[in-house]
Amino acid sequence: MHELAVTESILEIVLDSARKNQASAVTDITLTIGSLSSIVDDCVQFYWDHISQGTICQNAKLHFKRVMASLKCLDCGKVYSLIEELTPCPSCGSINLNIITGEEFQVDHIEITTEETGKHETTS
Amino acid sequence: MKQRVEIVKRILDSNEQLARQNREKLDAHKVFCINLMASPGAGKTSFILQTINRLPKHICLGVIEGDTAPVTIDSDKIMQAGMPVMQINTGGECHLDANMVGLALEELDLRVLDLLLIENVGNLICPAAFALGNHANVLIASIPEGDDKPYKYPNIYRNLDVLIINKTDLLPYIEFRMDYFQQGVEMLNPGLLTFPVSSKTGEGFEGWINWVEEKVHQIRR
Ligand SMILES: Nc1nc2c(ncn2[C@@H]2O[C@H](COP(=O)(O)OP(=O)(O)OP(=O)(O)O)[C@@H](O)[C@H]2O)c(=O)[nH]1
Ligand SMILES: [Mg+2]
Ligand SMILES: [Zn+2]
Repeated sequence: MHELAVTESILEIVLDSARKNQASAVTDITLTIGSLSSIVDDCVQFYWDHISQGTICQNAKLHFKRVMASLKCLDCGKVYSLIEELTPCPSCGSINLNIITGEEFQVDHIEITTEETGKHETTS
Repeated sequence: MKQRVEIVKRILDSNEQLARQNREKLDAHKVFCINLMASPGAGKTSFILQTINRLPKHICLGVIEGDTAPVTIDSDKIMQAGMPVMQINTGGECHLDANMVGLALEELDLRVLDLLLIENVGNLICPAAFALGNHANVLIASIPEGDDKPYKYPNIYRNLDVLIINKTDLLPYIEFRMDYFQQGVEMLNPGLLTFPVSSKTGEGFEGWINWVEEKVHQIRR
């Protein structure tokens, strides 16, 4: 529901990093998004196609690395994934749990092209 | 030349930076700030009004009202209760963000306030993603919404400091399995401090008011 704000933040982070690395274009962007974050990929893509127009990110491909939410039972140690609905531990019924993945929400890395002058030193 | 650049940065990093600035400002003025989240109609405004009524008069309170449209119904109620209120129109956005709250903080006289309540936009998904800089996150769940909400909206239950269960006066009329509800909460946020209240009758407010008073005293120290 808040995909526009999210997409704008992605563009800001990517442009900032691309500038620091003297990129002439950004070709790929990889995002890691945990399934608990309720972001709709298609919706981010939709906004992206609009707001990246006219920037060096125009035509960059968005890759969504989805991380399934997983829980660890603190009583029996069982690790299981949360697919649809939150449930107690499937092996011992405990509700004493730790959420170990699923809350990721980050820009992972980008692929850029730089002009081949041979003189530029890249910093990252 | 093609090149890979590692970034590894939280997507809402710039919002989080602004939130930290808000927090510093609140700390500098010793104002304890609470972000009240809930679905539409859960009773956020009614809960704020009861809180205003019951807080000792020496605690000076301000309110930020987040609304998606320039409708001042909620703000007017707070104003009638005699409290300073700032309304933020999000222009259709489904949540408040740190930038909007930062602008509202500039308008409020923080020097005279002890406590600031923020009524976030009614929504169980988006507000959870945007840090504002407040000291405590509070969710107001309400009985008519049903007992399955922690299972359906796990994210918002994760970063809470206090859970309010509102409209307890309706328990006799609505099927609401308190055990089932609280089991879901326990899985997501073990030991979460919970106050069942009725913002209509005022029942159950003592615990909440004591908690707020304690927090206000702590920050003043
Ligand atoms: N029975 C009962 N009704 C309540 C209680 N708290 C609020 N209400 C009613 O619930 C309705 C919505 O209350 P509000 O306080 O406006 O809820 P809100 O969360 O601020 O609503 P929005 O700002 O529109 O999202 C009103 O009709 C209130 O009178 C309660 O504890 N018991
Ligand atoms: Mg309201
Ligand atoms: Zn187990």
